[in-house]
Amino acid sequence: MSQVAQQLFNALQWGSFYALIALGYSMVYSILMLFNFAHGDVFMVATYIGYFVATLLLGLALSGSLPLSGVAVFVLTLLLTMFLASFIGIAVERVAYRPLRDAPRASAAITGLMVGIFLETLVLYLLGASRRNFPTLIEVNTFELGPVQVTNLKVLTIVLAVVLMVLLHLFIRKTKVGMAMRAMSYDYAVIPLMGVPLDLIIAFTFALGSALAGAAGVLFGMAYPVLDPYMGVLIGWKAFVAAILGGRGSILGAVAGGFLLGFIEILVAAVLTSTMRDLVAYSIVLLILTFRPYGLFGEEHSVRLRL
Amino acid sequence: MAAERTPQLVVENLEVYYGAIKALHGISFHVYPGEIVTIIGANGAGKTSTLRAISRLVKVGPETRMTFEGHDLLAYPPHKVVSELGISHVPEGRRLFGNLTVWENLQLATFARKDPPEVIQRDFDMVFDLFPRLAERRNQRAGTMSGGEQQMLAVARALITARRMMLLDEPSMGLAPKLMQEMFEALKEINKEGTTILLVEQNANMALRFAQRGYVLETGNLVLEGPSQDLLANPRVKEAYLGG
Ligand SMILES: Nc1ncnc2c1ncn2[C@@H]1O[C@H](COP(=O)(O)OP(=O)(O)O)[C@@H](O)[C@H]1O
Ligand SMILES: [Mg+2]
Repeated sequence: MSQVAQQLFNALQWGSFYALIALGYSMVYSILMLFNFAHGDVFMVATYIGYFVATLLLGLALSGSLPLSGVAVFVLTLLLTMFLASFIGIAVERVAYRPLRDAPRASAAITGLMVGIFLETLVLYLLGASRRNFPTLIEVNTFELGPVQVTNLKVLTIVLAVVLMVLLHLFIRKTKVGMAMRAMSYDYAVIPLMGVPLDLIIAFTFALGSALAGAAGVLFGMAYPVLDPYMGVLIGWKAFVAAILGGRGSILGAVAGGFLLGFIEILVAAVLTSTMRDLVAYSIVLLILTFRPYGLFGEEHSVRLRL
Repeated sequence: MAAERTPQLVVENLEVYYGAIKALHGISFHVYPGEIVTIIGANGAGKTSTLRAISRLVKVGPETRMTFEGHDLLAYPPHKVVSELGISHVPEGRRLFGNLTVWENLQLATFARKDPPEVIQRDFDMVFDLFPRLAERRNQRAGTMSGGEQQMLAVARALITARRMMLLDEPSMGLAPKLMQEMFEALKEINKEGTTILLVEQNANMALRFAQRGYVLETGNLVLEGPSQDLLANPRVKEAYLGG
């Protein structure tokens, strides 16, 4: 019983990573009908940004140059990383996707893959092949939650992921930029007739997705502190699968798909040997998609209208 | 007509291409401030292309010149035609954001406006006054409303975005005669408040009764123009557009 509850926390933790990254795929897809295949590598770069920010702040705090408590260092690292990561997304859109806005979607997708490889190679070139260790921002300790033993880090990850998702939801529901994003997902072509600059909304969407990937990067780095330039590939693809599983372009779907994927993976690993995990887990995903090809919350047809 | 007035909108030699297809063969027309002008034409004549060109949604030919209140329209991106020049556009087929509520559709239309909240509130009051049905349905999703209500919202939304000039693309399409009548009465009201109207229509009878002046568009060329009275009496217009 406690074993099951224990695994539940692992599933929620991985679900949080997947969901935060999957949101970036889904938001961009919903407005542009484009899978941003560079997003996994944006997550990777964001994690490195988090590493540098954390190392810097921690150094300043330990040397006494800045009177920061441990919690303050963590909060600042999270916010600064999210802020800086948003510019990676904006840059990718500006450089790679904007010139291809009227090109076939396949061209944009291929470009995205190449941008991903470019980012991996760039990080490799700038930082060398040696792996970096994400600094310890929070002393990890285990505590008892009823019959279950959990770490404070896992709880923090899950709570923060949920808080960010609620904030995103409010942003999309209540602000005019959020309304514009929803409107754009319905009918792209008439957005300018509302006096709304398309480029601004698109840049904002990329920024939001990348900021969430930045938050995932910091939380991931704290839990799995070994960083390398290819760390974004597998987790990026898995988050992409989560976005598809949830329903392409659906915000709620990205969250549901992320957590569902976390659960499937942990469940399979708990029952079978862990080498079998991805094989079986993704077979289950394929099976679900066989019966629900548009995912859990996907629309059967999101037709892009033309004016 | 009063020759000393300067037109608000001047379109000269407007050409629109879709790939190899030439939709407009260099048409010229103008609209005076406060006027109601209509361009009538059959399906495929190029009416929608004309409005899309003014709103800068399609590329135009190299010889094309368009000015609005003295500003070179071609120097403005589409969103600034709305927010800086004040030209709103009710597109063909309404094109509401069906996933947003009535209120959200109107709210989004204020995106680029820099007016203080009181002014915007007054505009909301005005459109709710003009179309009381929208006030009742403010929290309903636009996509679930009837065709008539959707057309009201499309006009209301345009009115909120900008109001120096309104471009209307077949607002009568799909409306029952009574609703159509109501719609055109509301548009008259809007025009009285100072908004210039450029209407394109297949329903020539309705459009010419509503407008002061009209142009006739045939396969990308303007073939006739004049006061609506004259066009209504013109044998060629009667024959081709008014059912004999
Ligand atoms: N997006 C498009 N691609 C190719 N041809 C188009 C497109 N839009 C319009 N056309 C063509 O341009 C001509 C004028 O169309 P349009 O401006 O929509 O006329 P109207 O509004 O009077 O029906 C038609 O022959 C139409 O087929
Ligand atoms: Mg048309």
